[in-house]
Amino acid sequence: MTALDAQTDSISITDDDAPAERQGSTPIERPKRATPLQVFREMPIVIKLSTIWLLLVFGGAIYAKIDTVLLNDALPLQNPNLQTNNFNPATGEFGDGEPNESWSSAHWLGTDTIARDTFARIVHGAWVSLIIAMVSAGFGVVVGGFFGSLVGFVRGRTETVTMAAMDVILAFPALILLLAMVSIFEVRSLTVIALVIGFLSIPAYTRVARAGSLAVSQREFVLAARAIGTKPMKILFREVIPNVLPTVLSYAMVAGAFVIVVEGSLSFLGLSVQLPTATWGNMINQARGNLKVNFAQVFWPSMALVLTVLSLNSVGDWLQKRAAHRGSAL
Amino acid sequence: MAKIIAARLLRLLATLFAVTFISFMMTKALPGDPAVAILGQDGIQNEELLLELRAELGLDEPIPVQYVTWLGNAVRGDLGESYINRGQSVAGTIGQRFPVTLQLALMAIIIALLLAIPIGVIGAYRQGKWQDQASSAGVQVALSVPNFVTGIFLIWLFAVKLEWLPASNWNRISDKGVIANLKTAILPATALALTQMAIFSRLVRSDMIATLQENFILSARAKGLSDRFILFRHALRPSSLSVATLVGINFGALLGGTVIIETLFAIPGLGFRLINAISQRDILVIQGITVFIATGYVIINTVVDLFYSVLDPRIRRS
Repeated sequence: MTALDAQTDSISITDDDAPAERQGSTPIERPKRATPLQVFREMPIVIKLSTIWLLLVFGGAIYAKIDTVLLNDALPLQNPNLQTNNFNPATGEFGDGEPNESWSSAHWLGTDTIARDTFARIVHGAWVSLIIAMVSAGFGVVVGGFFGSLVGFVRGRTETVTMAAMDVILAFPALILLLAMVSIFEVRSLTVIALVIGFLSIPAYTRVARAGSLAVSQREFVLAARAIGTKPMKILFREVIPNVLPTVLSYAMVAGAFVIVVEGSLSFLGLSVQLPTATWGNMINQARGNLKVNFAQVFWPSMALVLTVLSLNSVGDWLQKRAAHRGSAL
Repeated sequence: MAKIIAARLLRLLATLFAVTFISFMMTKALPGDPAVAILGQDGIQNEELLLELRAELGLDEPIPVQYVTWLGNAVRGDLGESYINRGQSVAGTIGQRFPVTLQLALMAIIIALLLAIPIGVIGAYRQGKWQDQASSAGVQVALSVPNFVTGIFLIWLFAVKLEWLPASNWNRISDKGVIANLKTAILPATALALTQMAIFSRLVRSDMIATLQENFILSARAKGLSDRFILFRHALRPSSLSVATLVGINFGALLGGTVIIETLFAIPGLGFRLINAISQRDILVIQGITVFIATGYVIINTVVDLFYSVLDPRIRRS
């Protein structure tokens, strides 16, 4: 597709030649699975930085959750919902915070319109994005990945019916369907939003998995397994699914970027997880009435959102190319 | 050919049936009783009145019957009346608001194409050089910025800092004229255009790279035609079909995708009305707009698909 692709392809040919030379004497070895550290070393610098950012977001979200749920705010991160200028009954004094402060050592990214710490809210907001991306990927990979692999392998009427059902869901403009679905729920908790987005993620994954499964099911090792009378279910789980999985998993990153934007949009419209829970989208929404006074309160959560989406897209693209390249070596 | 068209139309009907049915069922699942919503306090106290109104609205019929009645009315352009603002017909609201959304989507597509074609062509022409790398990186970033973020940054820059353009208060062409209208439309349209630009320019670039390796480009070079002439007159033409297809599909998606930008800029289009209806639980308005947008999207996709196979015989055969 691009010049970069063409380059990696030409490199891959020389790479793949190595096992082919050995073909005469020893059986062809499957390419060894690289450890995460080896994969990381292979990455170009931009992809490395993106990966580091994603790990930071991931770690930050977990850290914030452990802090509030398990350790009762004992770790050094401020309470995301504490209005720092509030009267504190324990000390009998007002807090030292001010609304719309700019960055300082006490509040790294300043405070919002009601004097809550922006940095703490961004770190806590990462949890919502993380859960949305994980649940959507979980539903997509498990349900979509399974059905896609199944129908691409067995074909026939099962395939026609399944894909027709998926096409109906994909026939809706995504955001409109999502809006209609979330408005059904009177209480919009993180669980509800994650489940709805997860459910709506299934069709796209099914398509990806089906395409992979159609190709894999034609391969020699599947034909060979059929020829020696292996049970179809065993072929599906032993041969087809393991070979479809890398493609589906690398799709999960790009899809994760998409659902994080979708949740951000929903939050921005005030139709996602309810306040005061911090999400990047609702932080942007709450601060946007105040652009003249404190643009920073829109800027920082926007940066967190854009960097995360950009990183997921870049790493996902890179992994997809790598998976395709590996697939051709198989 | 006629067979293909017939098959596609049949599938279109089946999809439309499924889409309207799902939309209908979803609005049936919305919490709250429409009769109570209309009557308010009176309804809760007066059981008889409530039952009477339910019968009048057809809510006591079984759901399949309700669906068929509703579909029959919808086909004739009757989508009912808003439960919240009584007397306001849903079809009338859509008719009034759709032109605004349509204008935004059209402007976004035009802006996107104006930017995407030169960017894509330069990327292909300078493939692998710094111009290509810079534009590819820019495109990747543009793809990752949600449109509401773009919108807010545009408002901050052009409305708050520079004070060149208004951040809201949509001017209708009929009230204030074209110039005033464009002034309010340019920022939201640009915010919508950025993602589209990225998608289009990727396609133009990859298509052009393939075209530039064809023999007719070589012969055009041999004739001594200028690079610019070759790029924009010869090389771009074969890509126009795939770009046109993508424009069609994305245009359909944009009709539903303006929701957020309309809300951000307080634009009186379909999307903003939908969000209001959701927060007011105005069931028939939610239903009407959802069905309208989804139907438009499905029809546009089918038409694009059909045109593509009519224009490109290679696809017809497979």
